[in-house]
Amino acid sequence: MQMAQPILTLENIHKSFDGTKVLDGISLSVLPGQFLTLLGPSGCGKTTTLRIIAGLETPDEGRVLLNGAEVTKLPPEKRAVNTVFQNYALFPHMNVLKNIAYPMKLRRVKKEDAARRVEELLSVVQLEGFGKRMPSQLSGGQRQRVAIARALACDPQLLLLDEPLGALDLQLRRQMQGELKALQKKLGITFIYITHDQEEALNMSDLIAVMNGGHFEQIGAPEEIYEHPTTRFAAQFIGQSNIIEGVVASAGQGSALVEVCPGNAMVVPGAFQAGERIALSVRAERIDYADKAEYGFTLAGVIKMHSYIGGVLRTTIELPTGQELLITGANPVSKYPAGCRVFVFWDPAVAAVVERGKAE
Amino acid sequence: MKRTNTWRSKLFVLLVLLFNYLPIIVVVVYSFNASKYGNWEGFSLEWYEKLFRNTQIMRSLKNSLFLAVSSCALSILIGTAGAVGMAKSRFRAQNLLENVSLIPMMLPEIILGMAYLSFFSILQVPFGMVTLIIAHTTFCVPYIFINVQSRLVGLDPAYVEAARDLGATQTRAFYDVTLPLITPAIISGALLAFAMSMDDVVISFFVTGTTSNTLPLQVYSMLKMGVTPEVNALCTLMLLVVFGAIGVFYLLSSLRRKAR
Repeated sequence: MQMAQPILTLENIHKSFDGTKVLDGISLSVLPGQFLTLLGPSGCGKTTTLRIIAGLETPDEGRVLLNGAEVTKLPPEKRAVNTVFQNYALFPHMNVLKNIAYPMKLRRVKKEDAARRVEELLSVVQLEGFGKRMPSQLSGGQRQRVAIARALACDPQLLLLDEPLGALDLQLRRQMQGELKALQKKLGITFIYITHDQEEALNMSDLIAVMNGGHFEQIGAPEEIYEHPTTRFAAQFIGQSNIIEGVVASAGQGSALVEVCPGNAMVVPGAFQAGERIALSVRAERIDYADKAEYGFTLAGVIKMHSYIGGVLRTTIELPTGQELLITGANPVSKYPAGCRVFVFWDPAVAAVVERGKAE
Repeated sequence: MKRTNTWRSKLFVLLVLLFNYLPIIVVVVYSFNASKYGNWEGFSLEWYEKLFRNTQIMRSLKNSLFLAVSSCALSILIGTAGAVGMAKSRFRAQNLLENVSLIPMMLPEIILGMAYLSFFSILQVPFGMVTLIIAHTTFCVPYIFINVQSRLVGLDPAYVEAARDLGATQTRAFYDVTLPLITPAIISGALLAFAMSMDDVVISFFVTGTTSNTLPLQVYSMLKMGVTPEVNALCTLMLLVVFGAIGVFYLLSSLRRKAR
């Protein structure tokens, strides 16, 4: 199968502000029609990345390509890219109609055509009849829809959304997530979406780029990111992960015995060398425990506490090393009380290796 | 905090208001006095009639209006351009430059007046309307500058960025977005500057010529022959204009608040 041409390519982008590195050589490519989410904590460089794609910032190094053509130095008004800003940035002195018609006015679209398009867009975002309102007379959710309609007015190839749901309450947020996703599928436009909310990212994206400290930790489909994190940060930022460190005691064909502490070892699939130090990530809900070892797991610990957090029971188990494992189970009552000595086990296939290196 | 809305606090407010406005009320009342002297002899519009027939006063009023409008217009251009340029750029000594540009507001007028006098004398600029406009523009610019600047500081840069993102060039974004959003600040600055220019005596005194008497200067010279009811009538009319301007200003800002 021949790969489609990426709609957007970032090549080794570097950016510093006043001597502080914000982007440290990021590269990315996005295919047409994809919904890509940049996910990361605040200050990780995701907004700067978006601004570089929009042309609102120029990278210190690296190239930006749209449909294969370099646009690194092109001003924002010359790029077929539109942005939905974090606080929507609706022009406060223009009503909804004028806000949405503004990009068409700039392109000298005929008045009647522009008016028709505005009505069309208002119905796409379900705001028919709101045209005469000023932005100040709209609720947060309505402003957000207007901002989307305005950004879509000139059929951009790429729509950038900077935490567009950040200012909304949880219920509206959930509803808008669904609507945005549906809109994206319907229009077939490529979305690049910023959020620091992992649930939002997992729910909406085709592709997630986990960002931290100005670089990408991992880029992949939501399931891939969740089930097979490749870095410690990706594992810990999304979901509830347990990072377990150990040294490969003996390596066999396609699997190894990893010792967490003397007498406590576990089987890990993969090719390793004896003496290697590795870190594993195991999701809290993928771990189980019992008073006798199963699957050949002999990782022993003591139940420290149970806490019921609604829907799931969260159990803390302390390993002999002092490390605590967090385990969540759907069963609200545990067979084993706190203080009980148990063995922890999981399907070796659900453990992801997030770090490996030579033992010191 | 307990609200002390007693008769004592009300009386205090009343006294403060009286203290402020009593002299003004006296001027207004006396402008309608039929008598030329202090005693009240009944209501009359005689002084207003005389006022409008006084060609000297009318000419100085025209001068003052022309002066205020032209120096306001010039300072809107200079002050706005300065504030916008300042907001866009970052350079060393920017703070210093900003503060220096506000100094004309704080300097004693007498010093400014002296400075203009010697400056124009050295350059051999003939004194008259031109020197008046230059001098008034200089002290009007800071009022526009400071107003526009504080508005620009509070202006979310995302508005201009959104305009650029939607296809506007830098210049277009300025006219479509920045300018409409700073216009209220320009207007309120201009109203202040207009008022300052209209009632300036000291600086005008130093830089005026023989044919360019302004209204305040005219009033001042008329006072040398005592307070005539004509002056009272003139002051009443000026008050009317000032209160009108303030009224318009409040109306505009309350309309804007409602629209928000």
